[in-house]
Amino acid sequence: MSRDAAVDAAVDTGAAVGDIDRSSSGDVDRSPPDGPLVSVRDLSVSFGDLEAVDEVDLAVEPGTLVGLVGPNGAGKTTVLRAITGAIEADGGTVRLDGDPMAGLSAREVARRVASVPQDTGLSFDFPVRHVVEMGRTPYLGRFDGRDAEDTAAVEEAMAAAGVERFADRSITEVSGGERQRVLLARALAQETPTLLLDEPTASLDVNHAVATMELVRDVVDGGRAAVAAIHDLDMAARFCDRIVVLADGRVRADGPPAEVLDASAVAGAFDAEAFVGRNPATGTPAVTAFPRSAVDPLRLHVVGTGPDAARVVARLVAAGHEVSLGVVPEGDAAAVAAADADVPAVTVPPFAGVDAESQAAARELAESADAAVVVGEFGEGHPSGEDHPSEDDRLRIASAAERVVRVPNDVDGDDLLAAVAAEATGATGATGPT
Amino acid sequence: MRVRRRAVAWSTALAAALAGVVVVSAGIGPVRIPPAEVLKVVLNAAVVPAGVEFGAAGAGPIALPGVEFAYRSPFAFPVDDVHRRIVLLVRLPRILLAALVGFSLAAAGTVMQGFFRNPMADPSIIGVSSGAAVGAVAFIVFPVALSTTLTLPLLGAVDLGLSYGAGVSLFAFIGALLAAFGVYAIATRHGRTPVATLLLAGVAVQTFLGAVISYLQLRAGESLRRIVAWLMGHLSGAAWSEVAIAALVVPPLFAVLLAYARDLNVLLLGEEEARGLGIDVERTKRVLLATSALITAAGVAFAGVIGFVGLIVPHMLRLVVGPDHRVLLPTAALSGGAFLVAADTAARSGTAELPVGVVTAAVGAPFFVYLLVNREVYEL
Repeated sequence: MSRDAAVDAAVDTGAAVGDIDRSSSGDVDRSPPDGPLVSVRDLSVSFGDLEAVDEVDLAVEPGTLVGLVGPNGAGKTTVLRAITGAIEADGGTVRLDGDPMAGLSAREVARRVASVPQDTGLSFDFPVRHVVEMGRTPYLGRFDGRDAEDTAAVEEAMAAAGVERFADRSITEVSGGERQRVLLARALAQETPTLLLDEPTASLDVNHAVATMELVRDVVDGGRAAVAAIHDLDMAARFCDRIVVLADGRVRADGPPAEVLDASAVAGAFDAEAFVGRNPATGTPAVTAFPRSAVDPLRLHVVGTGPDAARVVARLVAAGHEVSLGVVPEGDAAAVAAADADVPAVTVPPFAGVDAESQAAARELAESADAAVVVGEFGEGHPSGEDHPSEDDRLRIASAAERVVRVPNDVDGDDLLAAVAAEATGATGATGPT
Repeated sequence: MRVRRRAVAWSTALAAALAGVVVVSAGIGPVRIPPAEVLKVVLNAAVVPAGVEFGAAGAGPIALPGVEFAYRSPFAFPVDDVHRRIVLLVRLPRILLAALVGFSLAAAGTVMQGFFRNPMADPSIIGVSSGAAVGAVAFIVFPVALSTTLTLPLLGAVDLGLSYGAGVSLFAFIGALLAAFGVYAIATRHGRTPVATLLLAGVAVQTFLGAVISYLQLRAGESLRRIVAWLMGHLSGAAWSEVAIAALVVPPLFAVLLAYARDLNVLLLGEEEARGLGIDVERTKRVLLATSALITAAGVAFAGVIGFVGLIVPHMLRLVVGPDHRVLLPTAALSGGAFLVAADTAARSGTAELPVGVVTAAVGAPFFVYLLVNREVYEL
């Protein structure tokens, strides 16, 4: 009863003080707008003999969301922990807001950087509200109570992270996703110029993952900065202003997502084969990774249309083959994939049919190839019509190549590569009856 | 300030409960005295200090040598003089010592459980109880040797004039602090004290000191009975001087713990998160460890090893008031005092007196199980 009254009062003051608070909460405004909020130079960290991070440079400007991507063990979390001083660096400097982190007390660091860990070690049943209130610790003296400003910051953070609904439930009773948002709310309540997030979406379903990233995006657009270690490359490409690719503790690439997330950078960093397409819904790079296949690169011409041919193109490109495509209608899934991968493709306007000229162009590409890859069984459930090349067209194009590999529509990636490799060496492929 | 209000409300209620338990307990014994009369006796004895004179022989209920408290008593109820003597000279010192010891152990237990983020932690986990036991047992086995060969630097051999009981307490206190410091020193490297290492160092030191105690018991001969009695925890024969020392030592230490209650909450998140929230983790850990060790040592030195109070009382209160140390710490401490007074009353009111440790275990464990099974009470 008295508790409800207290909550109401807190909400009221929160609404009233919110605006004043934003303009007066010193940390954001005090920082020079031109200097980086976080500046990491030549950072090296090792655990025993293991070099976890090696000469990493990183500068985070106000208003930017930086994504740290890289394979497991690349040093993403280590970089984040070194920024807050949770682990000691062996070399290099970390500056927060211009001042060397090493010279700052834990309290001063906590007023400049707030961390959102992957999970919390908290196993005692504190109410969610109390956990968020702990974000105000760096502002409270030993004998201080929370004042209106603290209460406002807590309410604002809980509202932003969407945890008000379960504010009075125990932290041990909420779901993993809710827990993650509580930790985010706690970091927001710290009102620091910089947020550090360690895999903020790892334990979230797709809806909450997007909501969380959008929240971080909003916070950053409000003038703060954020560094997020992210596993999901598509998510990183979609929300980050800059992406830093880490591998083996070193920075492999650093720049805007569209520049950094190309197939070779991803392949190099993750030791995998990657196809970088485009997410049709967001227009941002969409990375699909495949396990490394170690095949000899060949010059291949793909004959086929639709999503199945697109899949074949993507997998062959990712494996390192030099691929061409045609004939396909403009806007066909295969044509889109080819365009994303910079693969030469012979296209015809939709519903125009295959004219002699484009057929000749396609035959020319096939002729220069080591083999033609024909996707789909003839005459079986394959789309045919005005805008799709007829079976005759397809055969005629494919026959221009030295060898022909035929793969079914639902061909598995490994089988595809095996069939191509077998045909190229002259052996008879399992899926390529000739 | 919802939290502060809750803390004050709970603490006031539990302080009143503690006072009630003390009064009822003082009436229980071979001579039954009604609570009203106990209250009158206590009020009659209550003094308002009117001045302090140094250099005198010492008199009054708080008799410290060299200090004379000038006082006047505002009440003068008519009471039976025998009852007055029983309450003031026999029962009250023991009861108040029990309250202070229970208070200390429960406070230290609460802090240790939070500190180690481990519900099985209790005040003895950093070797305090084992160290106290070795000190006390050593004094019991070699009382003369220890009290006469005690030489202080600069002053040479000093006859400290220790009474037997004071000697046991002093050596228990010293042993407790040495053991705690040893555990801390073993677990600390490069200024960092990982909690897991501390826990294991505590286990190692406790095991070793257990061996020492066993050996001393073998060599004890006729004093074995006294050793066993000390090890099981005892409050009989408590003197006002012991109460006075505990009353001077415990409250300031408790105030330090209370000042760190919010840090302790944040520390529950884990050390890295606590650091990220601006807590100077290593310094906070040192303060909490040293203070807990001192407050436990103060309790154990007078009363011996009394188990379960420091383990069970914090748990009971955590189930009732929740895990927030700003509320939990004062309530657990007051409950620990009341619990130990009640347990000691039960221990001494039977036909033959039981060691109080037996009663705390026998009563505490089933109640603990009951709370675990019906953990519903939480908010208030």
